[in-house]
Amino acid sequence: MKLRLMVNGESRETEVREGESLLYVLRERLGLFGSKNACEQGECGSCSVYLDGELVCACLVLAGQAEGSEVVTVEGLSEGERLHPVQEAFLEAGAVQCGFCTPGLIVAAHDLLSRNSEPTEAEVREALAGNLCRCTGYEKILTAVQMAAETTP
Amino acid sequence: MQFLQPHSWREALEARAAHPGARPIFGGTDVMVDLNFGRKRPETVIDLTRVPEIREWNREDGLLRIGAGVTYTRAITELGNLLPGLAMASRTVGSPQIRNRGTIGGNLGSASPAGDALPPLYASHAVIEVASTRGTRRIPVGQFIIGPKRNVLEPDELIIAFIMPEAEGPQQYAKIGTRNAMVIAVCSFGLALHPESRSVGACIGSAGPTPIQPRDAENFIEDVIEEHDLWESRAEIPASALDRFGVLASEAAMPIDDVRGSADYRRHAVGVLARRTLTWAWNEHRGVAG
Ligand SMILES: Cc1cc2nc3c(=O)[nH]c(=O)nc-3n(C[C@H](O)[C@H](O)[C@H](O)COP(=O)(O)OP(=O)(O)OC[C@H]3O[C@@H](n4cnc5c(N)ncnc54)[C@H](O)[C@@H]3O)c2cc1C
Ligand code: FES
Ligand code: FES
Repeated sequence: MKLRLMVNGESRETEVREGESLLYVLRERLGLFGSKNACEQGECGSCSVYLDGELVCACLVLAGQAEGSEVVTVEGLSEGERLHPVQEAFLEAGAVQCGFCTPGLIVAAHDLLSRNSEPTEAEVREALAGNLCRCTGYEKILTAVQMAAETTP
Repeated sequence: MQFLQPHSWREALEARAAHPGARPIFGGTDVMVDLNFGRKRPETVIDLTRVPEIREWNREDGLLRIGAGVTYTRAITELGNLLPGLAMASRTVGSPQIRNRGTIGGNLGSASPAGDALPPLYASHAVIEVASTRGTRRIPVGQFIIGPKRNVLEPDELIIAFIMPEAEGPQQYAKIGTRNAMVIAVCSFGLALHPESRSVGACIGSAGPTPIQPRDAENFIEDVIEEHDLWESRAEIPASALDRFGVLASEAAMPIDDVRGSADYRRHAVGVLARRTLTWAWNEHRGVAG
């Protein structure tokens, strides 16, 4: 079936199979490999994207459910070559090791900061509870989010 | 697989009637896990997210009527003051990503004994409204869920809403898990004080084939409160009565051993949660902190 949606401000149209997820559509149909595919069961958050302004796991959205919707992936946060302050902060803080969890964490942190510009550490932990990282031990990620909170306008 | 996306309640019911083997989907947080792992490949999926009627909530005859498609996030932000117990339970669900998509209707559809939305519904005697092209029926939540992952929905029926009173007194929800977030309950306990009807509603989660209403515990504590005239005096509930409430609640549990916890641990923990939630709620009724 045909699927039409807005992705990172661009209107896209693609052929999809009924049973595939939005994550599959983004990666395999639209070539947006920022959102990662790890667990496909909502546990790891590496596929986090915005769907009509809400933070969701793209692996848990059935393709057709996104018909006519607006999707923003990690690719849509930077402005051209200029990284978003959340992305800058992750680099600056050394919050990226293998980088697999990073896109999902960046989108989740972006969502938190858009709702709460001065989160406490507990609030950051709570907001990122659905994003797993196997490498960093999370400390630097928490630092990065606090840094981003200070620099985000 | 066929994908249907009705845009009205009528269309949704017609689609459901025409495809008895279809699987409805709302937030997809249970359905998609099944689909991604090829566990269940329904011939048809009916997406209910475009049906405006089931995303709404309103007041009806002095009660709240809440659409099946209200998410946990909305239960927290929009209903937090009206249904504090449900909001507390919603805060314990998954992660922000899951709470933004997952719905209370989906929790009722999945009917897991660990479903976090369920104990608050039992504790306030919620009624589930289901419908098909044949008509509408309303079923008390305790009769709606009949076994582990089993409810009484007929193959042509959909859940449209649940109906429950706005909180008239303090409500609590407590959940035990291995982490503070992203966990299925080892066991849980929901409690609601109903000062107007002079009753106490309670429900055990994740310690039996379905959520369990511990009626002996409820009756016992209602009698104690009545006998000492505590609804009016707002004096403390005697510690021995709090203990007894915990014991009766733990006796009502029907836990099993599984990967999340042993039956013995669960039975013990249910008693602790029962005592605690009652203490917290009663302190709030008394107007004292903590
Ligand atoms: C990572 C993760 C963490 C989770 N954590 C928790 C947790 O902490 N606590 C908890 O309770 N649950 C948890 N869940 C399970 C799930 O999020 C909940 O059960 C949620 O309420 C399901 O809602 P949904 O809208 O996503 O349902 P869906 O997946 O869309 O549907 C669930 C079931 O209900 C049926 N259904 C949905 N809507 C209707 C309707 N209107 N009429 C008839 N049938 C319907 C579907 O056919 C399906 O069988 C978690 C899931 C994931 C993936
Ligand atoms: S791949 Fe979606 S949450 Fe892990
Ligand atoms: S940096 Fe490797 S998983 Fe997080």
